[in-house]
Amino acid sequence: MKSIADIKAIRDKMQARIVNRDNSDAEQETRIVVGMATCGIAAGARPVFNEFVDLVAEKGAHNVKVTRTGCLGMCKLEPIVEVFIPGEEKVTYVKVDPEKAKEIFNRHIIGGQVVTDYVIGEQ
Amino acid sequence: MRELALNILDIAENSVKAKASLVVITIEAKNNLLTISISDNGTGMDKAFLQRVTDPFTTTRTTRKVGMGIPLFKEAAETTGGSFSIESELGVGTTVTASFVIDSIDRAPLGDVAESAVTLLREDMDFVWVYTVDNRSFTFDTREIKKELGGIPIDSPEIISFLKDMLKENIESINGGIIL
Repeated sequence: MKSIADIKAIRDKMQARIVNRDNSDAEQETRIVVGMATCGIAAGARPVFNEFVDLVAEKGAHNVKVTRTGCLGMCKLEPIVEVFIPGEEKVTYVKVDPEKAKEIFNRHIIGGQVVTDYVIGEQ
Repeated sequence: MRELALNILDIAENSVKAKASLVVITIEAKNNLLTISISDNGTGMDKAFLQRVTDPFTTTRTTRKVGMGIPLFKEAAETTGGSFSIESELGVGTTVTASFVIDSIDRAPLGDVAESAVTLLREDMDFVWVYTVDNRSFTFDTREIKKELGGIPIDSPEIISFLKDMLKENIESINGGIIL
């Protein structure tokens, strides 16, 4: 069974990478922001958030950060995900589920192509 | 909400908004009663707001004037024959407690606690989860984990994935075959 003691191995592996980071890395960071207010949570934001986290960890996408935000005011379109890629316009995806999250990650975050079918206004 | 773990996540997100630095979540299943408590040291509420907080039309959110989180949690507890209470003091913090009569629920009520717990992980805030079934208990304290991490952010995806697996394994072991 995993325990806190096992964290040491992960820490050692990650430490070298963190030391090599500087401020310019942070500026180049891609952010995936998931709406996590009551409306988002009730609509299924938690598995969407965790799917993105697992994909980033699995693919070793060290320049991608997954974060949360509150209610974006469009409750019936939740779960809502905003993608911020440096130098590009923000993209807002709506009614996201874990399957769509996988597609958004592979095609947009990794492949650079916006998944227009899930973008707000296309629903 | 389909799972009480989602209610916990929702209420703890309010603690984040209330600028708490520490949130203590206790989940205890004992004698046919599931008791959940979420306690924070955030900004708290004044008496007037506290009196209205179970009203769905009372909220701190600015995007819409509807706040369903607390009313839904209260109704879920009371529907099972359990109870709900909320205590708060301005500048001190807030404690939400709800109990559920397990036999009155026709499906596993708690849901995925590990998935909710890791969704809340963040650098500027600490969480303590105490999970108890009968006399078996497991404590997950982010202050201890951060000490072990030695500066590696606790919300790094690799760390979140590891902690999720660690929580799932420990919760399963505490449950001892009981599905909550």
